Amino acid sequence: METYAALQVLWWLLLGVLLSGLAVMVGMDMGVGTILRYVGRNDGERRVALNIIGPHWDGNQVWFILGGGAVFAAFPLIYATAFSGFYVVMLLLLWSMILRPLGFEYRSKLPSAGWRNAWDWALFVSGLVPMVVFGAAIGNLFHGVPFQFSWNLTSTYTGSFLGLLNPFAILCGLLSASLSVFMGAAMVMNGAKDEIFERARTLARMGAALAIVLFGIGGFWVHGMGGYVLTAGPGAGVPQTPLQQSVALANGAWLANFDAHPALWLLPVAGFAGMLLGLLAASARRSHLAWWLGALGWLGVIGTAGVALFPFLLPSSSVPAQSLTVWNASSSQHTLLWMSGFAAVFVPLVLWYTSWAFYVMRGKVDVADVVADEHAY
Amino acid sequence: MHDIHVVDLSRLQFALTALYHYLFVPLTLGMSFLLAAMETVYVTTGREIYKKITQFWSKLFLINFALGVATGLTMEFEFGTNWSFYSSFVGDIFGAPLAIEGLMAFFMESTFVGLMVFGWGRLRRGQHLAVTYLVALGSNLSALWILIANSFMQAPTGAHFNPVTMRMELTSLSDLIFSHDAQAKFVHTSIAGYVTAAIFVAGVSAWYLLKNRHTELARRSFRMAVLFGALATVGVITLGDALGFVGAQAQPTKLAAMEGLWKTEPAPMPFNLVAFPSQQEHVNRGTIQVPYVLSLLVTHSLTGSVPGFDELEQQATARIRDGIPAVAALQTLSAKPNDADALAQFQAHEKDLGYGFLLQRYAPDVTAATDADVADAARDAIPQVAPVFWSFRVMVVLGLAMLAYFVMAVIYTMRNRVERKRWFLKLAVWMIPVPFLANEAGWLVAELGRQPWTVYGMLPTWMSASTHSVGYMAFSLIGFVTLYTVFIAIEMYLMVRTIRRGPDDDHAGALPHDRLHVDRMAGYAEG
Repeated sequence: METYAALQVLWWLLLGVLLSGLAVMVGMDMGVGTILRYVGRNDGERRVALNIIGPHWDGNQVWFILGGGAVFAAFPLIYATAFSGFYVVMLLLLWSMILRPLGFEYRSKLPSAGWRNAWDWALFVSGLVPMVVFGAAIGNLFHGVPFQFSWNLTSTYTGSFLGLLNPFAILCGLLSASLSVFMGAAMVMNGAKDEIFERARTLARMGAALAIVLFGIGGFWVHGMGGYVLTAGPGAGVPQTPLQQSVALANGAWLANFDAHPALWLLPVAGFAGMLLGLLAASARRSHLAWWLGALGWLGVIGTAGVALFPFLLPSSSVPAQSLTVWNASSSQHTLLWMSGFAAVFVPLVLWYTSWAFYVMRGKVDVADVVADEHAY
Repeated sequence: MHDIHVVDLSRLQFALTALYHYLFVPLTLGMSFLLAAMETVYVTTGREIYKKITQFWSKLFLINFALGVATGLTMEFEFGTNWSFYSSFVGDIFGAPLAIEGLMAFFMESTFVGLMVFGWGRLRRGQHLAVTYLVALGSNLSALWILIANSFMQAPTGAHFNPVTMRMELTSLSDLIFSHDAQAKFVHTSIAGYVTAAIFVAGVSAWYLLKNRHTELARRSFRMAVLFGALATVGVITLGDALGFVGAQAQPTKLAAMEGLWKTEPAPMPFNLVAFPSQQEHVNRGTIQVPYVLSLLVTHSLTGSVPGFDELEQQATARIRDGIPAVAALQTLSAKPNDADALAQFQAHEKDLGYGFLLQRYAPDVTAATDADVADAARDAIPQVAPVFWSFRVMVVLGLAMLAYFVMAVIYTMRNRVERKRWFLKLAVWMIPVPFLANEAGWLVAELGRQPWTVYGMLPTWMSASTHSVGYMAFSLIGFVTLYTVFIAIEMYLMVRTIRRGPDDDHAGALPHDRLHVDRMAGYAEG
């Protein structure tokens, strides 16, 4: 029982790591897509921005795919319930995201300005929309989502698409988009010079400032918001279904974990510190430092949200007792154990060769290089 | 409760998106190894022509790869969005290979593909070659894990149903990984990718030879492709036979559908070369048979026999009846997890739980099921025969045609006659679509033949879908069809354009060579 409970918590933490990986790496590339038309005023400049992430976007995108796969493997009920419940939103996410590989790969294949312009807009959409959806999806977890289970755990979503676009969710969506703009701009600063660098710097500062404000507002909002409390159930480390627990609603319940363990306040502090220092670093033109601080900011933001919700993963607003938690939505001990083994070997390996790839491609990109290189995007 | 129209629309959408994705995957699987082979020749001989060859084909590889990656995103999420009950029911097992695929294979493929494209000037020769091999290894490992997951749907092993959590759970990862179905299927499918790439490269090279363009590059590419493809085709057919052999035991209904076997016949059984199966009347019309051949093909002996649908429906009827107490007990356990009687009853009938679910489509309360409901469910237990029967024949005929083509290609290449045989070069160009069609037909055989199950014998398709409205499904289908149609038009256009411009086109996008031109382009782009 203890082993299983420990594995459940471990996979909850790993989910946080994967979501952070997704937010930092994919978010950065999407941020570049969002700001592409602003940092690059002409075709050559835009190609510079694209080629800064050109060698990496594909590898980075796997964080997104792995995020999906890991939720499927470790928390199948979340994968099943959330993805089907958020159907229209998921489609918007998918349809915008599938424009991205094509945008990178096809954009510069034809000389036509109209063609390239169209792909630049596609890259804008596929940068902004998924990040807003990503944040909004997490925002919706705080309110709970209207779904329920039948006796055999067939889930039915009873809400509407528009219900997912509530003000708090939009705030979270904007927070996520601002952070991605910050990270994308910091990455462009890493790889660009002169005007492109300066424009990216402006955007980085704007992104960070906006993110700080939104994160602050979000904190106050959650303070007074109705949260969920697990009052009875089989508990951690016990195989169970979501049909066996009781859940109550209470105002301010999302802060209960912080009150119980004050050390957890370090997470929102890390979020603010990362974003604030990131803003200063960007102002001081220290782009690498700014990028790492932004990553810290992301970790703080995602950690704050995860800890606030814990042990909930997907509360049900229509039948709160059927809310999904770390304890009732996880895979079996056997599966979690195997997955932990694979993660222990391959996550470090992935981080190692990803760093090597960034090391190989280090340095600045400029217009002349891009135009001369037949492999460039 | 599931709306059966939603289930059908979900199936249609999954089939369309999977078949579409599967247009690009095989080429990636094969081209990645062909590129590695070409680059190996470059690195070991140091001859520049092979660098040019590698770089040219890698351009085409990437145009294809982008759409493969893009449409792969859909696949990773479609189980959750459209097959939510399936996902929660078998996620404990099925999710693992998908996650491992991302972690072990797709990360490798995608990270190194970036270096493969952008690393030419930055990596030493040997390093770049290693990177290219890692791309090939990654993409093929990726196929391995996906097919392990798929094989669980075809021949579930290494798992059991846990009534406490109301889902299937993993009992042995090694059984899952080393299932015979998974192994045979992986080799069959990945080598089919090598054949696809070989025919593609040979076809494009033949087109250059016909036009008398880039003959140096085309001649060498053609040779390498033919060698690669000839070996691979033999492999595909051998493994296809093995897969049929393994599959016959694991999925008798699929085999009966592939062969149009309505009635069990004594050995040696004849093979239906041509037949028009009627699902309604359970007979074939217009049959042309070859005696003995079916027993030989399927059981590798003259004395072996396989069951037809008459026998399979009888077996299904018995299992459906046995599934009734299993489902009833499970329903009790859902409300009262500690009910010992219900647990005992469940365990006694557990093996036929899936058949009980099959009945639930007609009798939501299985204990009240009539004989007519049982008969309906038993009729459902066999797939639609005609599409499986014909997809199988299309795949096999195309496979044999490709074998014949490669035999000729090898002979002509060895005799150095290819370039004089213009008709053969033309044939090589026309062969390009053939492997793609065969791949799609193979997918149809595997997945239509699996019906009515998503997990064979365990979970019926009708239960597996998400509970969406028809409106939602129409919306998503229209969206996918529209986007995917635009994408394929763009992809084909870029492919053809890149081929037409050939390897000497330094970069399609690098049209602005002089600074002036850059500025003019810039002006356009701003507008």
